[in-house]
Amino acid sequence: MSYWVTLILKISIPFVLIFSLVPFLVWLERKGSAYIQDRPGPNRAAILGLRLGGLLHPLADVIKLIFKENIMPARAHRFFYILAPGLALFVASITYLVIPFAEPTLINNELFYFQGAHLNIGILYILALSSLGVYALLLAGWSSNNKFALLGGLRSASQMISYELSLGLALISLIMWTGSLAINDIIVSQTHLPWHWNFIFDPIAFLVFFIAVFAETNRTPFDLPEGESELVAGYHVEYSSLKFAMFFMAEYVHIIIASALMAALFFGGWQIPFVSSSFLREHCSSFVFFGLIFTACFLLLLGIILITNNKKIHYKDLRDFESVIMGVFLLLLGLSCLVYVLLFGKAPLSDNAVIWITAFLQGCVFLFKILVFCWIFIWVRWTLPRMRYDQLMKLGWKILLPLSMANIIVTAIRMIITNG
Amino acid sequence: MADYLFYIFSFITVLTVLLMIFQKNPLASALLLILGFFSLAALYILLHAPFIAALQILVYAGAIMVLFVFVIMLLNLKKTVSPPDTGWIKKTLIFLVGSVLFLFFVFAFFCIPETLFPAVSEGFGSPEKIGELLFSKYIIAFELIDILLLAGIVGAVLLGKKET
Repeated sequence: MSYWVTLILKISIPFVLIFSLVPFLVWLERKGSAYIQDRPGPNRAAILGLRLGGLLHPLADVIKLIFKENIMPARAHRFFYILAPGLALFVASITYLVIPFAEPTLINNELFYFQGAHLNIGILYILALSSLGVYALLLAGWSSNNKFALLGGLRSASQMISYELSLGLALISLIMWTGSLAINDIIVSQTHLPWHWNFIFDPIAFLVFFIAVFAETNRTPFDLPEGESELVAGYHVEYSSLKFAMFFMAEYVHIIIASALMAALFFGGWQIPFVSSSFLREHCSSFVFFGLIFTACFLLLLGIILITNNKKIHYKDLRDFESVIMGVFLLLLGLSCLVYVLLFGKAPLSDNAVIWITAFLQGCVFLFKILVFCWIFIWVRWTLPRMRYDQLMKLGWKILLPLSMANIIVTAIRMIITNG
Repeated sequence: MADYLFYIFSFITVLTVLLMIFQKNPLASALLLILGFFSLAALYILLHAPFIAALQILVYAGAIMVLFVFVIMLLNLKKTVSPPDTGWIKKTLIFLVGSVLFLFFVFAFFCIPETLFPAVSEGFGSPEKIGELLFSKYIIAFELIDILLLAGIVGAVLLGKKET
């Protein structure tokens, strides 16, 4: 019985986490792009006067998309037209299952893996699913019965299959060195010291993977298929309402998965830098103690700053008191942390609590790394111009592919010289 | 449990492939074939070969069929017009030859001894085992396939070169 319960929890908790990170990422993109372009970004949508710095805008987007007219183009192929966004979202929804969020630990004398599916072919599963994502774009472009959509779909598909090769080959040198396809083994082999992480160890693989994953997610500078000035949004031009929302969501989930892969394979995943898991488990209570004091101070400071932020009263409704409300909320959170610390201090925690707190901290570090890479995705999008199609293909086939193949040979020579 | 899964997935494979043959729309055939590859990959997993299952989806359904679908989309084939009806002589001949082949197959199936399939070893189907086998026992076949692929690549590059 508890096997099924843990399985359902292991599958649903990362799912909920990733899919609630999507609106946050939409907000981050709009605010981030705004500040890069020296403007304030969306800050108007509000509930009962609370604007929350524009965090409600993704909710407004979703509501708008739900209520738009659901168009079926006149001579579109119905079945494929409806299948394409579903396929895109399906592929995006099941990729996260092999990504571990914390170190596998012994619970009740049984190794408990913090990932949905413990396959011994981890990375291959993700690569297989990303080659299925190509079909969603192809079908969307073709079934819309629109020349621009067809061109966009074909371009996007050819771009994705070209960069898939470099992606796989870049990962092969990493897999050769670690000796296993499972992502967990790759994370464990990069120890907790940041100079052992794979981005220093194999920088060419990191570079090739970084560039190829931008092309895989159809993200600038490789977003010619959805180029708004050339192809009128490419393969999803004939989609409206919820089907477009599904493509939109699938793209952001792909960004999150790509960031998670980069963090896991090259930056140590759930490893907290300079803190190994055994060290964390031994000194867990002091970690909790100092961590709570730190968060309490931070929250109290933020709360006090927000409360004393005097603005002129010119709205004459709840919006004037927004900073006060948020400040009070943060103040209460900080006070509760402080109360816990004062009550319990450095009391030793039970074994079970230690395991779950370690897992929680490692998961938080992993989430932080994912968010850093998502920010890098957004940053690059609004900095670099788009590449032309032939430049893109040349980069993929003539530069990245030979580079990754040479990297495999170099890694093999390194392995022979240092005896594995 | 594994038995039920085997029956379900083999049923799906046979059904999709049969449906694929009778489609009028070529793109629907291609997509049904991809579905067939999926259930085939599931059968591979049931046979304790997850590596081959993943490679089936990655290479066959994910790369080769993409190129097929590309060609179908670019050629923009209309729905096929069915050819004129064949006479009853041809139809009976086809039926007889087909049933003879089918009977051969059934007969061969019942001739397989049970001792031909021993139980699998411990690390069967894992990437390490496959790598070991590829580079020790089947190395010649591996290298010959490499040369075949190289010939294919050289041919493709030659065909795609512009006439200067």
